[in-house]
Amino acid sequence: MNPKKNIALLFLFAVCLISMEAFAQWSSIAPGRLISAEDLVKLIQSDKDKPLMFQVGSHILFLQAHIPGSEYAGAAATEAGLQQLRKRVESLPRNKFIVLYCGCCPWNHCPNVKPADDALHTMGFSNVKALYIADNFGTNWVAKGYPTAKGE
Amino acid sequence: MGVGVYSYRHSQRSQPTSANAKQHRPAPDFTLPLIDGGQLQLSSYRGKVVLLDFWATWCVPCREETPHFVELQQKYGGQGLQIIGVSMDDSTDPVHTFYQQFHMNYPVVMGTADVGAAYGGVLGLPIAFIIDRDGLIYAKHIGATDAAVFEKDITTLLPAR
Repeated sequence: MNPKKNIALLFLFAVCLISMEAFAQWSSIAPGRLISAEDLVKLIQSDKDKPLMFQVGSHILFLQAHIPGSEYAGAAATEAGLQQLRKRVESLPRNKFIVLYCGCCPWNHCPNVKPADDALHTMGFSNVKALYIADNFGTNWVAKGYPTAKGE
Repeated sequence: MGVGVYSYRHSQRSQPTSANAKQHRPAPDFTLPLIDGGQLQLSSYRGKVVLLDFWATWCVPCREETPHFVELQQKYGGQGLQIIGVSMDDSTDPVHTFYQQFHMNYPVVMGTADVGAAYGGVLGLPIAFIIDRDGLIYAKHIGATDAAVFEKDITTLLPAR
């Protein structure tokens, strides 16, 4: 085979591998169900109806900093946390606009957002967004100067 | 929506950031409960090089780092290294299990929001601080960090008496 062709194929293979790695976590929550920090900030600072926001990660991290108006709903990586979230939303209309976020870890390693998203969709909620936090809540929210509250 | 343009770097291990710059400020003291009973006061380790690791059992990068910390403690403990884990878990049960599962050979305390805030906010995991023998913060590492980076810091600081 032509050596140049071999190199091109190898390059293509490498690009595919990188792309698969890059989007592995992304693909688990459809891009259409993600919301960026910038868009969420605009939304909560607008006159529009605010979404119901749940932090589904660490309580200690929530106490240090969270999005104003958001509630702590339990670490969704645990069954206890999922139960807490399900109980909180069970009486809500299924078209309620809900935003889930965590920010404990880099996006690909977050153990909480995906289970929370799955749980709400299983319950029939149709208007749920997951806040995309690339690195962690400190870097991608607090350090950006976005609105932040402390405590319960 | 801007989500579609996030770059490839976000899928990778957390890279050192500017926040990892040398600090040289006193490490805030604290007294926190050890997971197996008793209390740990950070300042009682003055004279040692301390690697203070904020972590949690459910944090994947933390799980990856733990075996390296066990190795570093074993390798350099006799020369004055003391690793201290600060768990940001909400309860001790999973920490006990993790401690045994990973054969951790260094003390682990249960963290609080106040201690996190004292260290500038622990708003993502893992975050590790390297503290010199005088109790000054030498470096801060945010996100998963190569063991070689920790080892370099440690071997830089250990010779100082």
